[in-house]
Amino acid sequence: MIKKIFVSLALLGLVLMFLPFVRDFDFHNELSDLSSQYVVGSINDLNTQNVVTSVIVTYRGLDTLGEVTVLFLATAGVGFLLRKKKASLKPRRSSELLQTASQFLFVLIILTGVYIFTHGHLTPGGGFQGGVLITTAFLLLILADVNLKFNHSILHLVESFSGAFYVMIGLFGLLLIGMNSFLDPAILPLGKFGYLLSAGAIPIIYSLVGLKVGSELTTIIDKMGGE
Amino acid sequence: MISIIIIVLGIIMIVAAFLAIHLKNLLSAVISAGVISLLASVIYLLLAAPDVAMTEAAIGSGLTTIIFIFTLKKIKKGDLDD
Repeated sequence: MIKKIFVSLALLGLVLMFLPFVRDFDFHNELSDLSSQYVVGSINDLNTQNVVTSVIVTYRGLDTLGEVTVLFLATAGVGFLLRKKKASLKPRRSSELLQTASQFLFVLIILTGVYIFTHGHLTPGGGFQGGVLITTAFLLLILADVNLKFNHSILHLVESFSGAFYVMIGLFGLLLIGMNSFLDPAILPLGKFGYLLSAGAIPIIYSLVGLKVGSELTTIIDKMGGE
Repeated sequence: MISIIIIVLGIIMIVAAFLAIHLKNLLSAVISAGVISLLASVIYLLLAAPDVAMTEAAIGSGLTTIIFIFTLKKIKKGDLDD
């Protein structure tokens, strides 16, 4: 009884907390100062078609670096806590249908993932989404063949290389452009608006993020389910 | 029109959330929790936020559901060993 009262009180508090947002909500017909700065800057200064990407990679680049670090720490924690045990009972073979389909779909899903993170500055999506798609391709392989062993040294190599290179690109900004330009994509030529090789270092940074996220999450999936 | 679709999706999401809490079968509960993320990603897409929609669909309804299912499998195996 007391538990239910507490739950109701907590719900009431939550409603009171969110009520001002609902009550004061109105549609804006024009952008605020900060957002219009982002929109104008990402088109004029950075040559980036997707404003979200320019905010994530450039204007809030340090936050993205922090996010990648958090993901790395999570992977390290999973790897530390979930040591693989020797599989004692023989796992059931997966169906013929899944095995054939996974060989066909694996390449397609990997290609889609690579497309998403290389075109992060042109179309929606980016490193995180593409990395997760690549992970799902590997997940399909695990589901099709339970005895599959990944080469962990390659996974770790890809992961650490992309992480180190990401930070190095950030430091290049400090070296080549000057103070306050950590992770500035203008270290490379900005190119033509709307082309694949444009927007400076943004496609490279997002590809590195995609590779890092993909290899890390593949390690997690392999540690949790691959036995 | 879009607001009607969003309201219907929101109602289905609330039902799925209720089911996720109250279903006795844990696998069904995990799947209905994944349905919430999937419908949320559809709503993000309708609200013109395709970046967030992609993230939600891939991570929320794909990866999280899979990791929950793997964990369930591990927990059941541990019960059998004891």
